[in-house]
Amino acid sequence: MKVTFEINGAEKSVDVEPRTLVVDLIRTKLGMTGTHIGCDTSNCGACTVLLDGRPVKSCTLLAPMLEGKTVTTVEGLAKGGKLDAIQEGFHAEHGLQCGFCTPGMMLVGKALIEANPHPTEDEIRWGISGNICRCTGYMNIVKAIQHAAAAKTAETAGVA
Amino acid sequence: MAVDTTEAAAATEAARQAMGGIGVSLARKEDARFIHGQGHYVDDVVLPGMLHMVIVRSPHAHARIKGIDSSAAMAIPGVIAVVTGELLAQHKLAWMPTLSGDTQAVLATDKVRFQGQEVACVIAETKYIAEDAAALVSVDYEPLQAITTPQQAIEPGAVVIRDEKEGQTDNKIYHWEAGDKDATDAAFARAAKVVSLETFYPRCHPSPLETCGCVADLDPVTGNATIYMTSQAPHAHRTLFAIVAGLPEEKIRIISPDLGGGFGNKVPIYPGYVVATAASLLIGRPVKWIEDRTDNLISTGFARDYYMDGSVAIDENGKFIGLRVNLLSDNGAFFADAQPSKFKAGLFHIVTGSYDIPAAHIVANGAYTNKAPGGVAYRCSFRVTEASYFIERLVESAAVELGQDPVTTRLNNFIQPEAFPYQSASGFEYDSGDYPRAMKVALDMLGYDELRKEQAEKRAKGELMGIGVASFTEVVGAGKGKDYDIAGLRMFDSAELRVHPTGKAILKLGVKSQGQGHETTFAQIVAEELGIPASDVEVREGDTDNTPFGLGTYASRSTPVGGAATAVVARKLRDKGKIIAAHLFEADVADIEFDHGKYNVKGSPDNVKTIQDIAFAAYTNIPDGIEAGLEGVTYYDPPNMTFPFGTYLVVVDIDKGTGQVKVRRMIAVDDCGVRINPMIVEGQIHGGLTEGFGIAFMELITFDDEGNCIGSNFMDYLIPTAWETPRFELGETVTPSPHHPIGAKGVGESATVGSPAAYVNAVIDALSHLGITNIDMPVTSDKVWAALRSKGVTE
Amino acid sequence: MFPAAFDYTAPGALDEVLSLLGQHGDDAKVLAGGQSLIPLLKLRFAAPVILVDIGRVDGLEGIRRENGHVRIGARTRHRDVESASDLRGTLDVLLDAAPLISDPLIRNMGTVGGSICHADPAGDWGAVMLAVGAEFVVKSASGERVVPAAGFFEGPFTTGLHADEVMTEIRVPVETGRSGGTYLKLERKVGDFASVAAAVHVVLGSDGRIATAGIGLCAVGAHSIKATAAEAALVGQEPSDEVIAEAARLAGEAAEPKADIRGSAEYKRDVARVFVQRGLHTAIDRAQGEAA
Ligand SMILES: Cc1cc2nc3c(=O)[nH]c(=O)nc-3n(C[C@H](O)[C@H](O)[C@H](O)COP(=O)(O)OP(=O)(O)OC[C@H]3O[C@@H](n4cnc5c(N)ncnc54)[C@H](O)[C@@H]3O)c2cc1C
Ligand code: FES
Ligand code: FES
Repeated sequence: MKVTFEINGAEKSVDVEPRTLVVDLIRTKLGMTGTHIGCDTSNCGACTVLLDGRPVKSCTLLAPMLEGKTVTTVEGLAKGGKLDAIQEGFHAEHGLQCGFCTPGMMLVGKALIEANPHPTEDEIRWGISGNICRCTGYMNIVKAIQHAAAAKTAETAGVA
Repeated sequence: MAVDTTEAAAATEAARQAMGGIGVSLARKEDARFIHGQGHYVDDVVLPGMLHMVIVRSPHAHARIKGIDSSAAMAIPGVIAVVTGELLAQHKLAWMPTLSGDTQAVLATDKVRFQGQEVACVIAETKYIAEDAAALVSVDYEPLQAITTPQQAIEPGAVVIRDEKEGQTDNKIYHWEAGDKDATDAAFARAAKVVSLETFYPRCHPSPLETCGCVADLDPVTGNATIYMTSQAPHAHRTLFAIVAGLPEEKIRIISPDLGGGFGNKVPIYPGYVVATAASLLIGRPVKWIEDRTDNLISTGFARDYYMDGSVAIDENGKFIGLRVNLLSDNGAFFADAQPSKFKAGLFHIVTGSYDIPAAHIVANGAYTNKAPGGVAYRCSFRVTEASYFIERLVESAAVELGQDPVTTRLNNFIQPEAFPYQSASGFEYDSGDYPRAMKVALDMLGYDELRKEQAEKRAKGELMGIGVASFTEVVGAGKGKDYDIAGLRMFDSAELRVHPTGKAILKLGVKSQGQGHETTFAQIVAEELGIPASDVEVREGDTDNTPFGLGTYASRSTPVGGAATAVVARKLRDKGKIIAAHLFEADVADIEFDHGKYNVKGSPDNVKTIQDIAFAAYTNIPDGIEAGLEGVTYYDPPNMTFPFGTYLVVVDIDKGTGQVKVRRMIAVDDCGVRINPMIVEGQIHGGLTEGFGIAFMELITFDDEGNCIGSNFMDYLIPTAWETPRFELGETVTPSPHHPIGAKGVGESATVGSPAAYVNAVIDALSHLGITNIDMPVTSDKVWAALRSKGVTE
Repeated sequence: MFPAAFDYTAPGALDEVLSLLGQHGDDAKVLAGGQSLIPLLKLRFAAPVILVDIGRVDGLEGIRRENGHVRIGARTRHRDVESASDLRGTLDVLLDAAPLISDPLIRNMGTVGGSICHADPAGDWGAVMLAVGAEFVVKSASGERVVPAAGFFEGPFTTGLHADEVMTEIRVPVETGRSGGTYLKLERKVGDFASVAAAVHVVLGSDGRIATAGIGLCAVGAHSIKATAAEAALVGQEPSDEVIAEAARLAGEAAEPKADIRGSAEYKRDVARVFVQRGLHTAIDRAQGEAA
């Protein structure tokens, strides 16, 4: 069946079997491999994308559910060659090791600070608790999100 | 004057940071691709005409195969082949050798021996079709009695699991001993006190976030085999592939691209790799096989599953004088442990730990069961984790029985700093250490005495709080090659360094990062040794065509072995640089001095040639009789292993009503010798502490009586999230390794090795006054509740 | 892991949904947030012929107060309950339960109605709805029914809902009087289903006595359990430690847990007791605090 949606600012129309999982649609059909698969039971968050701005697990979404919606993947974070604050944060604070959870973590982190510009450590830990990282022990992921939040605050203050 | 010095110091520091040598927390060079979502993992590989493979697995733990009917599967459009064991047998590929010298079924022919065993493989145009077809492969099984514990397995008369093996009449795999039995018996005979512990280190799984998989691409015309594979040891795998599949080794190229974690899971060769390769050869198209999480948890390299009991003999002064340990390992249906071939229980004999115990005797036995094979070291150097857990738990028991603070018991028995190099009773020569110092740093960070006071007050009110201590010593960085090998391949490692004419360098390694940051750390070693900024050094790994042979990354061996190789090869080039410098200065080689990338003639420190000048000259203005170029390769065989250590302290609070344990604080003081990139080192420790936390409290693979695996997906195999994970407080001491070129010891696994005992000791410390002496991992709330209940404690 | 093939449709009107369900009967499945159904499809534990996605039907989402009820559209997401802070003081138990359901990402998709219809014995909303005495509005081509939560849950993944029916709304009565409640959940980690959980909701009369008490238990039986004997022991009583302890004991007895990897039956029963005891203390403190 045909499904039309927007992904990283571009409109896409694809012909898919209804049973296609969104993560497969993105990885295989659209060839964007930054969205990963880490489990079969919706527990890990490696497949996280933003759906209308909110983080969801793309392995637990059927392609037709995207009709008319907006999707952001890790490939949509940097704009015009400029890194998003969340990407800067992960690099500066060593928020990644193997990088497999990183796209999902960054998207969750980005949505989190958009909804809550000054999150506490507890709020960050709670907010990323649907995403597993097997490598970092989360300490530096928390710092990375704090780093991005601070950068955003500074940026807004600069503009105002 | 004062201003000048500060300015000079600031300038030096700025130069140091710009160079990115040892000790600089350089931001990682590899990050760029990952934060753009451009990491390149095996599942990202797409080749023209690529097919997809799905494995049909056994639902039974033990059953005879009476027949396989794949006609319904073959009838689905898009299905290319269904590969069975029978087909593989025609190509002599139904069985393969394991890393421990046993054999393992690639696809079962006679029997299945564990739930999840590979029975058939469906190859189809898409993964969706392959999975549809896999559901239609019908296998006729005759179920047999399953054996699910090693104790059952070794009972006389138990069903023989490996009945296909010539000469195998029972389920025993190995018997292995270390240490000195007579001396140990004598120590126990004169002991004032003997304290014992029986404990089980349960089966757990490394489960990196990326599962295992491969894309096998065999060109039927050229015979070239390119295999993209989740491999921690690509070179060793190439050789094993040549042996298993009978392919000519020069035609095999293994590419291990970015790995989404490994932790030991990606050391062995799995049936999926072999079938995908065989299928690509037979069909003439590339074949991709990617495990799903269940495949990963039920069939690939698990860890631990060690039953340990033992005692420490203590003299009248509270000194340990002897140690005995008996262990029984559950190795599953095939003995596929990844460990040095001479050591059937890995390096378990490090079990004397940080303590000066003059006599020790270890007896180990292994058994086959109807469970998945594996026995990999989940973030551990070959069974060091089990050993460390055992001794640290036993010392806790000893402290309780002696009525001592566990810190006192440890301080009384530590190997003293002046005793290094120290010869242990079980055969290791510890390189260096200062255990009391690490302990002191940790106690100070925690505010130990205050917390003991708080604990006493809480106890008086009936509240449960505990402080756990563990002072571990690891042994990592195998070889030397004479003593340590994997499947006969000696455990050296390699580095090839090429400095290009413009002074930029490329470093190629035999090890393979899975997230440890090799592209940064190893560039820093070159920066330190040769004075080429780390930003100018490209690090390459994981492609067997383009890197020198090495044994790979596991057992914390990259820095001890690959790092040493890097330093040595850089020094070789530095020396060649002196010859070139002498030529440029028209001076004598003996008069050339080198300091951080600058050459000068003795006495004229201001007239320098940089390493970049030298590199250019190496290709443009080389002295007569000297080969052009500035390149070298080193195969480094370490003279000894390294012995990282540390003290970990954990504070827990326990909810009496639910048995829930909350980790309030976790202090980790690590000594891994010289730290190359402190930021990366700390990241490694955070990760290890988290995995240790998971193992201590939630990660478990277990089986019911029929051999059904419980813990076969992330609903049941529990991995800590950011919410449960404690907030770690790190400290350090630095005791360099005297035999390592840059004094580094390796750190990737210390925290997983050392922390489980600290967590469990904290729980026991909270409960020991009630007479509770042991709770096996994972320490789940129901077990704590049951222990409390057994002592009449309730809310 | 992938689902077996199926047909999919996403009608824009409820009538269409109802007529499709009438037409396909057991072959059809309603798709709401998909956070239970899609995992089941992937495991191939469910293989419907057609999925009827209710995601495009207007009027199924949102929380509003009307006629002495809080009315929750069946397709309201868990996260929308989580952020409905104006329920504090009236329906504390909903606000305390919502953030403990699965994890933040699942809560962005999963729906209250989906969870209730799915009727996982370890699903959290079931116990909550039993505690607050909710009613479910269900529609089919042949009309509308209003079904009380008590009696709705019949067994694991089994409810009084018929194959041709859709749940459209959850109605929670808001009683006059000072109320308080809470939700306690034992989970092994974030994202885990409950090992044991208890929902508690009390309303105090003007005399300070307990006017109504609702206790729902989760994961300790074949379906969510309403601890009626415990509730009865509370009603009309002056709150006290003894009254609470006795109600908690009765609630523990109402549990019918089974031993599994999460613990023994005795363990779960006792945690149910402990949670109800703690929950009642919190609920009553909250109700009393409101007066102050
Ligand atoms: C990893 C994970 C962890 C989870 N943890 C928890 C947890 O801790 N606690 C908990 O309670 N839940 C948990 N869930 C389940 C989650 O809350 C689901 O969102 C919820 O159970 C189902 O809601 P849904 O909207 O996603 O329903 P769907 O998955 O779309 O549907 C579920 C079932 O209900 C039917 N259905 C849905 N809506 C209607 C309707 N309006 N009328 C009639 N039938 C309908 C469907 O046909 C289907 O049979 C978890 C899920 C996952 C994947
Ligand atoms: S792949 Fe694990 S949650 Fe989606
Ligand atoms: S960085 Fe490896 S899983 Fe997070």
